Amino acid sequence: MASFWEYANPLKFMRTTDWLLPVVTWAAVIVTTVGLVWGFFFTPDDFRQGSTVKIIFLHVPAAMMAINIWVMMLVASLIWLIRRHHVSALAAKAAAPIGVTMTLIGLITGAVWGQPMWGTWWAWDPRLTSFLILFLFYLGYIALWAAIEDPDTGADLTAVLCIVGSVFAVLSRYAAIFWSQGLHQGASLSLAPGTRVDWAYKAPLYISMVGFGLVFLALLLAGTRTEIRARRMKALVTRERMA
Amino acid sequence: MRDLRLALRAGGGFGLGLAFFLILAVLVPLGVGPAPETLALIAPGILWVGALLACLLSLDRIFALDFEDGSLDLLATAPVPLEAVVTIKALAHWLTTGLPLVLISPVLGLLLFLPGEAYLWLILSLMLGTPALSVIGTFGAALTVGLKRGGLLLSLLVLPLYIPTLIFGAEVVSRGAQGLSVATPLALLAGITAGAVALLPFASALVLRINLR
Amino acid sequence: MGLRVTDLACARGGLPLLEGVSFALDPGQALVLRGPNGCGKTTLLRTLAGLQPALTGEIDLPPEAMAYAGHADGIKATLTVTENLAFWAAIYGTSGVAAALERLNLRALADRAAQNLSAGQKRRLGLARLLVTGRPLWVLDEPTVSLDTASVALFADVVRAHLEGGGMALMATHIDLGLPEAQILDLAPYKARLPEHGTGAFDEAFL
Repeated sequence: MASFWEYANPLKFMRTTDWLLPVVTWAAVIVTTVGLVWGFFFTPDDFRQGSTVKIIFLHVPAAMMAINIWVMMLVASLIWLIRRHHVSALAAKAAAPIGVTMTLIGLITGAVWGQPMWGTWWAWDPRLTSFLILFLFYLGYIALWAAIEDPDTGADLTAVLCIVGSVFAVLSRYAAIFWSQGLHQGASLSLAPGTRVDWAYKAPLYISMVGFGLVFLALLLAGTRTEIRARRMKALVTRERMA
Repeated sequence: MRDLRLALRAGGGFGLGLAFFLILAVLVPLGVGPAPETLALIAPGILWVGALLACLLSLDRIFALDFEDGSLDLLATAPVPLEAVVTIKALAHWLTTGLPLVLISPVLGLLLFLPGEAYLWLILSLMLGTPALSVIGTFGAALTVGLKRGGLLLSLLVLPLYIPTLIFGAEVVSRGAQGLSVATPLALLAGITAGAVALLPFASALVLRINLR
Repeated sequence: MGLRVTDLACARGGLPLLEGVSFALDPGQALVLRGPNGCGKTTLLRTLAGLQPALTGEIDLPPEAMAYAGHADGIKATLTVTENLAFWAAIYGTSGVAAALERLNLRALADRAAQNLSAGQKRRLGLARLLVTGRPLWVLDEPTVSLDTASVALFADVVRAHLEGGGMALMATHIDLGLPEAQILDLAPYKARLPEHGTGAFDEAFL
């Protein structure tokens, strides 16, 4: 049984993703299409919300991924700081722009949904505010990566920022809840009995969520491959200069 | 000790944060209108946001000068742990920026028609909260110390980290102004400050070492 | 009690500069590092000072033995000469500010603000800091930059007295320090070659 850490070797990672990336990409396209088409065209209108409810199939998966991607970056940062695997640091770097896009999708679809539902594009509600704050954290993280020239220094500093930022992001979340009681409904999905969302919605929603996860994975693999190639080019140039 | 003396000798930077705070408190009524009710309503938030921005103004000076003249290298090789250096830097920043802000805030509260009951809470919340602002800011300054054009980046990195402190700090004052109980936000504010002061110097020293190598 | 360096390799900005550097320094000895610009003198000194990690190799040094002085003197412009030294004396927990001023001929300037010093005077102040540290091993990067002939001779005297007292000095410089007894290590032969695949150093994980 090969160790999981073998994939932390850039060469091994590239070889594996050579065949894995197309598989994941196609899976992402198919699953997301199925989830969204089913969700948009083959679900009944809500008796109160009408067809506007269908934006849920974009909104919820994107919002969920926005948080999951930050968590993934936190894990990757920890792995980089502890085990110094380059792929891990580069994956965190590649994940950030995807995360910020997901956050933005979540915010925009939320605004579009909120307008007919609550009569307002924006409300300073704890959930909305937390997402806006998360957006700012993503921006800071990306800006720090962009500002540092030495790649290993950049990886170290952004990893520490990600860890410290995570603590403050959680604090901000609780501060925002404390600060305002909001309009936003509770979590759309819950495992508790007496669930609020019907299966007719749940099935396509789950499929969309898996689809978004696959989309992220595909983009992440592609982004990480780009980062690895960029590092490799740098290493080659360095080697050339020394020879 | 040296940092404090330096900050005082260097002049300028010391008063700059205060002057900024004052200007902000003057500009807000000019923008919002002179109605006392409106101003009294937004005063806690304005004062806290002002304190936050005034703190931000002097952050990039914490390490930049020492980095340029080489003292940071010498301090890193000196028999004093870098964590202690960072803590003293944060303390010096607080004494030259945070503490004067706390002391001048009642005067600005007066300008903004802050209700009488809130003054005690304003001073107390700033007293408890500004050390966290200095410590968090020191972390941001350590992150960006080697960078050209680090100033703007520093703001982008530090301001999101200020959010919890801002929320609880301003909440203390506005609850105080309405005569409500302030125990919960005050305790949370103190908790954030205690946690930041206890833990962040380690992160700051770590990133400083990374930036020096 | 001396400094032992074994098979040291170090890098700057992801680029390996030196490898296989080995030398030893015993109490009473001085070593001068020579080599063209960019050959890695400063990088080697910073690695020895613990400011950056070595790629490979070992540095064997008694704890709390070293005082480092880089290109910049770390002088605060708004403090006086005495205050600058007193700060470092407090950091290292030593006294002897007055003696250090005397030795580097700075007494007349003791109360002058450091911003009013000439470049050479600042350098002398930076060197006086070494005396204040009370550390046996001095690691000096271009210590005689901007010093006039008289001051270079003064510096040589100070180093010599330090060596006679059982101290050690490791210096990187281009010019003659007037220390004929110092050993000389030319760094040119230690220039790093292309790393072999699989040595774990450098970015070759990506190749």
